[in-house]
Amino acid sequence: MRKWIKCITSVVLAAVLVISVLPVSAADKKEVLRVYNWGEYISTGEDGGMDVIAEFERTHPGVDVEYTTFASNEEMYAKIRSGSANYDIVIPSDYMISRMSAEGMLSKLNFDNIPNYSYIDNTFKNAAYDLENQYSVPYTWGTVGIVYNKTKVKEEITSWSALWDKEYSGKVLMFDNPRDAFAIAFARLGYNINTTDEAQMVDAANLLIEQKDVLQAYVMDQIFNKMESNEAWIAPYYAGDATVMIDENPDLAFVVPKEGSNIFIDGMCVLETSKQKALAEEFINFMCSPEIMAENISYIGYSSPSTAAKELLDEEMKNSKIAYPPQEIVEKCEYFVNLPEEANEKMENYWISIKASDGKTTLSVEDDNWQFWVVLGLIIAVCIFLNIWIRVRKKKTIEEY
Amino acid sequence: MLKSKMGSVPFLVWSIIFIMVPLGLVLWYSFTAKDTGEFTPENIFRIGNYSSIFLKSINLALIATVICLVLAYPFAWMLSRAEAHKQGIMMMLVMLPMWMNFLLRTYGWMTLIENEGIINKMFGFIGLGPFEMINTQGAVVLGMVYNYLPFMITPLHSVMVKIDRSTIEAAQDLGAGFWQVLFRVQLPLSLPGIISGITMVFVPSVSTFIISKMLGGGSNMLIGDLIEQQFLGSTYNPYLGSAISLILMVIMLLLMGIMNAFDDDEMQGMVM
Amino acid sequence: MKKWFNRIYMTLIYVFLFAPIVVLIVFSFNESKSRSNFTGFTFKWYKQLFSNELIMQSLWNTVLVAVVSSVFATLLGTLAAIGIYNLSRRKRAAMMNLVNIPVINPEIVTGVSMMVLFVFIANFFGIELGFWSVCCAHITFCVPYVIMNVMPKLRQMDISMYEAAQDLGCSPNRAFFKAVLPQILPGVFSGFLMAFTYSIDDFVITYFTSGASFPTLPTTIYAMTRMKVNPQINALSAIIFVVVLLFLVISNFCTNKERRKEEI
Repeated sequence: MRKWIKCITSVVLAAVLVISVLPVSAADKKEVLRVYNWGEYISTGEDGGMDVIAEFERTHPGVDVEYTTFASNEEMYAKIRSGSANYDIVIPSDYMISRMSAEGMLSKLNFDNIPNYSYIDNTFKNAAYDLENQYSVPYTWGTVGIVYNKTKVKEEITSWSALWDKEYSGKVLMFDNPRDAFAIAFARLGYNINTTDEAQMVDAANLLIEQKDVLQAYVMDQIFNKMESNEAWIAPYYAGDATVMIDENPDLAFVVPKEGSNIFIDGMCVLETSKQKALAEEFINFMCSPEIMAENISYIGYSSPSTAAKELLDEEMKNSKIAYPPQEIVEKCEYFVNLPEEANEKMENYWISIKASDGKTTLSVEDDNWQFWVVLGLIIAVCIFLNIWIRVRKKKTIEEY
Repeated sequence: MLKSKMGSVPFLVWSIIFIMVPLGLVLWYSFTAKDTGEFTPENIFRIGNYSSIFLKSINLALIATVICLVLAYPFAWMLSRAEAHKQGIMMMLVMLPMWMNFLLRTYGWMTLIENEGIINKMFGFIGLGPFEMINTQGAVVLGMVYNYLPFMITPLHSVMVKIDRSTIEAAQDLGAGFWQVLFRVQLPLSLPGIISGITMVFVPSVSTFIISKMLGGGSNMLIGDLIEQQFLGSTYNPYLGSAISLILMVIMLLLMGIMNAFDDDEMQGMVM
Repeated sequence: MKKWFNRIYMTLIYVFLFAPIVVLIVFSFNESKSRSNFTGFTFKWYKQLFSNELIMQSLWNTVLVAVVSSVFATLLGTLAAIGIYNLSRRKRAAMMNLVNIPVINPEIVTGVSMMVLFVFIANFFGIELGFWSVCCAHITFCVPYVIMNVMPKLRQMDISMYEAAQDLGCSPNRAFFKAVLPQILPGVFSGFLMAFTYSIDDFVITYFTSGASFPTLPTTIYAMTRMKVNPQINALSAIIFVVVLLFLVISNFCTNKERRKEEI
């Protein structure tokens, strides 16, 4: 038994030792750059291309890049707002850039450190979300459309209504974030995708609830497996990722529905809380150099905001109709704008109601919920009563003894 | 040293800092307005909108707990009656999956019950299916049962090992049938195990957010998902999230209060 | 007949418990990324796994946190159990309620409440969430399991041994180590194991308290399951499984040996 005591004591000692050594080894004099990006949104060198992060670390010795991913703009926003995590670079979409800059979360960039900004095409500068080009440098752009399996879906899909088609029940996927999901419902209803009208939001919410009947799951990056392995047949997603999926599974096709859709620009931004602003700008500059951007773009499949980088892509990618859609499709698409706080909150509330719904109830603008409180009050009352009753009874039986 | 009462002081201090203060903060957040930071009961009132989520969570967790109990009870009993040297190994085998991360195990189930997954492939061979298993409420319950079954087996087993074989034999000698032995002897004697088993299965089941996310396809939202969404998910509002946490906690504490009332020292003493 | 029923039933439960793990391990050797068609044998996922910096970092973090927090929790918990054991009835009941809070409290509530606290502390001192916050959180939810494992042993303990040891001239401390600790040690040890297991296995609380740059294995796995299929997950499961199996077999062997020695 003494052996155990020794054993435990030595473990304690070892642990103490480890803790005392740890801060020293962690402060390895390496500068740490924290990049927070979308999942599946950087070249990892898996297909023989360039591991972009490793390349940056190679060309910048003494820098350690900590790369973390998120699944949606809203998730990223929450994580940063919660104060539980600090990053240097984030790559949100247009509307989120304007929301974050309005809330003072983004730092103004020093473009002297980003000479490669000159490679970015002028069409992507002075965009509505960052009118004076202060906060962001475009990373990629793209459209939202429907990815579908041509062998399983016999007709040619042209409309968002395919996502509500009973024929494909159980084989339909949907965006797992409020903004993208609502945009589809708005587009299908013929509303503006940036509408803040409450009645229109309720219509869209009810449409999304109706969709739950045919829906297999709400997904973000899980879509890759599901579409590639024929687990699901129809799903809305971003054009760039669609290109990657089609590469894996040639049965897939991508279409921007005729009702119009969302077109987006994702930009690299530096957070206000960052303590490594110069280094972060250095990273942004690195990502903008045409060679790196081309390597990155050819892996992730999104569209390049820089003609110089686009020229370096192989013929197939350069002429891709999915990544660089013809003008008539682009004209049907609209950018998201930052909604007023009130509208955001409403949309988020409806979103939760949608996800919680059983697919049958419909929402209305006014929601009365006194029943819940009656039930909850009853439950609590019964609990308290039972609690006291059992204890009192027990005491009695003991006393009787 | 054995007689010292001071031993609990470090623990008390620790608990106040890391249990009471955080809960106090949650309470404070629950009554704080998101935009102005003023006192408001608004967050609590808004929870009414999510009543269906509460009902669903409690419902699924109850189902999972009952299934766990039904599966684990005979298993733990058989285990406790096995030969002593075998018991060690058998118990180890029960614990073994628990040592693997539950995300990995749940991920394993994902690959098993997918539409194009292995179980459906096997059904395909014998000409059945495919069945829609993943992304259903059933899948969520399965995930709960699977992940928390060892939590039910362990306390049951540890109580049952202590039940003397002769107690059962005595009951049988006195003419008790199988059901009588079960309900009059076995169950009362293993009650503490049952209660802690129920606690250990029900609480994590009702508040899980990951199982419903992985196996429920995002459309089977539970309380856990709702809270997670408010803190780190797509609808940032920690004040509402705190309010939901608060309500969840109150319900849970009350339920467990009842459970504990059954399981006090005096009660144990009486049964013995 | 009954014996056969028992055997079949137990086997079925074991099959249920191990099915997903077996599947994960089998597909860690699968050549393609498919999760349902076995197309060929390969070790490449293992190779990739070991060169995956993020996973290796997470593994190190996880083990570190588990060791530190379970050791600390065992010390804190054992001390607390002895202290509580000596308290008056009323105080003991109050303390046990406190002990029970992290157990009864849903994990996610513990997680978010601690996150709120840690963000507060982090803002106050200008530090970031990371090792310290995860460790504090793990210790907090591990301590009750240690106490719950030690308490019954204390109650079952034969106090007369302790008194006899003192009567025979042991100092109280020596009597404690000689006569009491051996009796409660199995409880301490199982408490430690439980704390260790919970700490290694914990996702929910770590998820809320780990901040930006302290990935643990569970949080990394969670991130991986949300992305493209990556058979490195399977390879990781296989390795974890083998390690756990080895550990359990060895510890089982050791305890058996010790038990035999004691019997002699």
